[in-house]
Amino acid sequence: MNAETLGELFYAMLRIRLVEERIAELYAEQEMRCPVHLCIGQEAVAVGVCANLSPDDYVLSGHRSHGHYLAKGGNLKTMLAELYGKVTGCAQGKGGSMHLVDLAVGFLGAAPIVGSTIPIAVGAAFGSALRGERRVAVAFFGEGATEEGIFHESLNFAAMKKLPVVFVCENNLYSVYSPLSVRQPAERDLMAIAAGHGVAAERGDGNDVAVVYALAGEAAARARQGGGPTLLELTTYRWREHCGPLYDNDLGYRSEAEFEGWRQRCPVAHAERTLGARGALDEAEIARMHAAIAAEIDDAVAFAKTSPFPKPSALLEHVYAQ
Amino acid sequence: MTRELGFAQAINEALDLCLANDPAVYVVGLGVPDPKGIFGTTLGLQQKYGSDRVMDMPTSEGGMTGVAIGSALVGMRPIMTHQRVDFALLAIEQIVNQAAKWHYMFGGKMRVPLVIRMIVGRGWGQGPQHSQSLQAWFAHVPGLKVVMPATPYDAKGLLIASVEDDSPVIFIEHRWLHNIVGHVPEGLYRVPIGEARVVREGRDLTIVAMSYMTLEALRAAELLRADGVEAEIVDVRTVRPLDEALILASVRKTGRAVALDTSWKTAGFAAEIVARIAEEVFADLKAPPRRAALPECPTPTTPALANRYYPRAADIAAAARELLGVAPDGALAVPATGLPLDVPDPSFTGPF
Ligand SMILES: Cc1ncc(C[n+]2csc(CCOP(=O)(O)OP(=O)(O)O)c2C)c(N)n1
Ligand SMILES: [Mg+2]
Repeated sequence: MNAETLGELFYAMLRIRLVEERIAELYAEQEMRCPVHLCIGQEAVAVGVCANLSPDDYVLSGHRSHGHYLAKGGNLKTMLAELYGKVTGCAQGKGGSMHLVDLAVGFLGAAPIVGSTIPIAVGAAFGSALRGERRVAVAFFGEGATEEGIFHESLNFAAMKKLPVVFVCENNLYSVYSPLSVRQPAERDLMAIAAGHGVAAERGDGNDVAVVYALAGEAAARARQGGGPTLLELTTYRWREHCGPLYDNDLGYRSEAEFEGWRQRCPVAHAERTLGARGALDEAEIARMHAAIAAEIDDAVAFAKTSPFPKPSALLEHVYAQ
Repeated sequence: MTRELGFAQAINEALDLCLANDPAVYVVGLGVPDPKGIFGTTLGLQQKYGSDRVMDMPTSEGGMTGVAIGSALVGMRPIMTHQRVDFALLAIEQIVNQAAKWHYMFGGKMRVPLVIRMIVGRGWGQGPQHSQSLQAWFAHVPGLKVVMPATPYDAKGLLIASVEDDSPVIFIEHRWLHNIVGHVPEGLYRVPIGEARVVREGRDLTIVAMSYMTLEALRAAELLRADGVEAEIVDVRTVRPLDEALILASVRKTGRAVALDTSWKTAGFAAEIVARIAEEVFADLKAPPRRAALPECPTPTTPALANRYYPRAADIAAAARELLGVAPDGALAVPATGLPLDVPDPSFTGPF
């Protein structure tokens, strides 16, 4: 991957990291009164995949969607306003962190029922194919979602219709505090499941943005050329607690050593090192990036905090389309 | 001295006793053995009974419900847990078409002694998909029993009765009850399914409540007392089968009724209560019955709207005053606590 592209991907990952860290920091003020599922540690998947998409392509996500939304080009100000429950939020405060949306960039929505947006992504691809368009639809989901029947039903239909879908499974080894060992057979291979459905599949290091970018590039190209759906399984790791701003390794469901091992494989630091080694990024440039992103976040936080709440009359609005 | 226990601990104790009492009982659900133990209700059980009897499961609510049903048909007594009612919706086919029907459609040859615990979320931005209170869906279906306790005592006694029942029981817990404390005896005891309870006696009107709404009703009764109104509160405890006799006896006495619900008005539990009152004791009514339930919209996430979404004691009292034609006592009409409205008590700091 050339240094320019990697530099862009690095900046996008750093931006997501710093947004999530700011949310974690501000959460203690108790002004964001909704559950938040942070994606710190998993930024490379969101960025590597979405860098292959145009604003015309669709993305759907689940409970851990901040990174997907931002990587797809979602508006930061309206995202933070949504977390603060403000009328200027991307869902006018009605959705919160678990229901981000930005139609201007093809982020069709996120919903936290595990697996539930996978068929909706297939439907977006189906609808756009019926309309004679060539848009790609991406479904982001965790490995927990592959245990739901609806995941398999979605693969089946997408394969049968050769739909332009990329199924992106972020395998971070846990569903809340439950390890894979109590949820899936040990020898079973997700690649084989995809193959059984007639869906192309690849596995890769979800913490290496260049790897993700390359795999997603092939998948998106296949989709655009009418080659049908692809499943990508990208291994990665969630750093913070499942839901909320803190760390939770002290609970004992995973070891500090395991966490430390994954922290060493930080996707942002990895890209930074690679760029540094190639002489494409120096300390001054990194400092400039941090400052620019911090200023952007300051602005967005101020926007969110000073925005008004929805009016009481909004309660009964939007129940039915008028 | 009476023994006090939290609601979540009472559930935990009931599960513990049922596991100890009957080797056919097993507990299954996402996160059951995890360090948080379903809001504390399943803590310590896997250590005590092992992973064959207290187990986690794949994120496969639909399939695992069928697995639980199948095991029940051949002699097991599963207790399945969902952290939200909303997640159990993936199992609606198995619950409604299979669990509820198997005894009837095979002429009574088989039974499905299955308990499915579901939790109603509320507050801290639980929003449209983590807070639904769908008891009316389940109560609509003959073959299912639906239980919604309000006190730690009833939680334990009703859960034990549910586990010992030979029919499928939907056991719905409200998240805002898990921390309340009350009298809970030691050992096995049963609160019969299908029996309501008069929580507070009064002559002027009957408030029919269940689950968390019973607590709001008690607060409303205090507000009304300041106006010289004495409310009688009936906690139905079981939504199906409904203890119609006790509800109707109370309404016959008071001549007025307000039915509460944790869910929406349309086609809901409160509608059912009002229908039965209208059918059976119309002649005894001094005023048309009223409902206090959710407005007809999904749960909004922002506290600015969620704070206006849930009926509280003041709303219940207002409905009661309207029925009685009394003007509110200004001083007590609005209990201005200054506390946030989207948490059950100040110890909650999110994110649930
Ligand atoms: C149908 C359903 N079941 C259970 C839940 C509760 N839940 C929320 S997030 C989550 C974890 C899912 O794990 P995974 O899909 O691997 O995503 P991760 O949190 O690891 O990103 C669970 C079980 C839910 N939201 N929906
Ligand atoms: Mg996971």
